[in-house]
Amino acid sequence: MAEAAIPILEMKNVGKTYAQGGRAIEALRGANLRVKKGEFICLIGASGCGKSTLLRLAAGFESTTSGDNLMWGVPIAGPGPSRGMVFQDYGLFPWLNVRDNIGFGPKSRGRARVEIRETVDRFIELVGLQDFADVYPHQLSGGMKQRVAIARVLANDAEVVLMDEPFGALDAMTRERLQDELVEIWSRTGLTVLFVTHSIEEAIFLGDRVVVMSPGPGRIDNEYLIDLPRPRDIASREFNEWRRLLSSQLHSHHARKAG
Amino acid sequence: MSVRRSFSEGGWPRLRPLLLAIAFPLALLAIWHFATVNRPASLIPPPYDVWLELRDLAFGGINDDAYSKTLHIHLLASIARVYGGFVLALAAALPLGMLIGRVPLVRQLVDPTIQILRPVPVTAWLPLAMIIFGLGPRSAFFLVFLGAFYPILVNTIFGVRSVEPRLFEAASMLGCTGTAQFFRVVLPAALPSIFTGMRLSLGFAWVVIVVGEMTGVQTGLGAIIMEARQLSRTEIVISGMIVIGIFGFLSDQLVMLIGRRLLAWSPSHG
Ligand SMILES: Nc1ncnc2c1ncn2[C@@H]1O[C@H](COP(=O)(O)OP(=O)(O)OP(=O)(O)O)[C@@H](O)[C@H]1O
Ligand SMILES: [Mg+2]
Repeated sequence: MAEAAIPILEMKNVGKTYAQGGRAIEALRGANLRVKKGEFICLIGASGCGKSTLLRLAAGFESTTSGDNLMWGVPIAGPGPSRGMVFQDYGLFPWLNVRDNIGFGPKSRGRARVEIRETVDRFIELVGLQDFADVYPHQLSGGMKQRVAIARVLANDAEVVLMDEPFGALDAMTRERLQDELVEIWSRTGLTVLFVTHSIEEAIFLGDRVVVMSPGPGRIDNEYLIDLPRPRDIASREFNEWRRLLSSQLHSHHARKAG
Repeated sequence: MSVRRSFSEGGWPRLRPLLLAIAFPLALLAIWHFATVNRPASLIPPPYDVWLELRDLAFGGINDDAYSKTLHIHLLASIARVYGGFVLALAAALPLGMLIGRVPLVRQLVDPTIQILRPVPVTAWLPLAMIIFGLGPRSAFFLVFLGAFYPILVNTIFGVRSVEPRLFEAASMLGCTGTAQFFRVVLPAALPSIFTGMRLSLGFAWVVIVVGEMTGVQTGLGAIIMEARQLSRTEIVISGMIVIGIFGFLSDQLVMLIGRRLLAWSPSHG
């Protein structure tokens, strides 16, 4: 009972200030966020409002300046396999083929060779890259690279997948395909996803909850529970109402900031 | 019929670069020939004399002098020094470069010294090498080593320092940290640079072999070039130059071949 109440990720009053060439840049102030296991959370907000910073704090790539940054109630001390990151620029190892990129995590953690092989096969199939197992990253399209990046994180038993504008560099068609596949994988595996995007539509299509952030300094503004049934129809009236609401939310920040 | 087809479809486009590559040296050869043939006063022998000398050096039967049929001895001696010096340079520069690149303390300690020593040309080291290592093969070996050392060192340092930061993040979130990160991320990421260094270095070893063999060694392509110069046997000098050129080229091709295998993943090498 008590355990169920502990969120998988929790940020309490988190502040982050970067020191850059003698100047302090306050990227995040008083951020509060609770993520339940299995939730799909989308973060949106103007450029520079600290979305990436928040994600990098959850990953453990950065440490907080103030406040608590917890996973299962325990402070996050650094990066680890339980929280996998999918970068917009993929971050694949160019010298490893698809198979070995996906097997990198299990191999690092000393898994037996047969076990690695089985795991890799399973996740290559999950992302539909069976025919590209022996291909190097520079021979893959952007969409395929991002599939490898997702499989690499899943093959390493990540509980939380952190995605920083993962589909931002892809064309519209590929983007929609990957959104569908991501939802499909998420609903089958019970993963927890924290997903940063600039697209309101993408956030509403994917998220259980959409968290809106605002800049100067970065903070969390509002949260919206998207109660639309899945699979979601982007042409439906309800979807468009959400789109209008969030769009006016985001634009009011711009107006406020300018004024 | 099949011959005709292969010529018209695949032959010409494949032959063209080869013919172009041969055209230029042929033109040079022609100029050389007409500038030197039937001119007894010319200090440079005509190509045909050099060709005869080259054959005599390799197989004998033409001049039957002290140099006849000795090419293989000199060639092997030079190859041994080139590759020996190269391997030694590799063994020293690779670990040192990695340490300088990744360990700040080592960098602060030795990098300034190396930066100052690096511009000193190999030829300037010749007298000192002969004092320290004496006349003979050990000095030659040292000079080749020195010439091969810096390209590997500089490129290794560059390679291990310019690993994309993103890859460290990717590795650590996948559970690869500490020394494992060095072997599984830094080293493979630096491989293309290291390889470029090795290629430059081996090329340089062939360049300095003549200087290296000016240290009073008896055998080696550099040694016979220097000796033939004193005897005014210019056709031997040119023969030696040609052999160095050919073997330097073959050696580079071999390295490239290995590189293409090893770096198939890299868009700029594979
Ligand atoms: N490593 C860093 N050093 C110094 N300042 C940084 C660093 N990373 C981010 N910042 C600053 O912190 C603020 C928030 O940056 P962040 O990248 O988190 O924003 P973002 O919401 O992800 O923006 P975008 O939508 O453009 O990706 C910005 O002002 C940025 O300049
Ligand atoms: Mg960002």
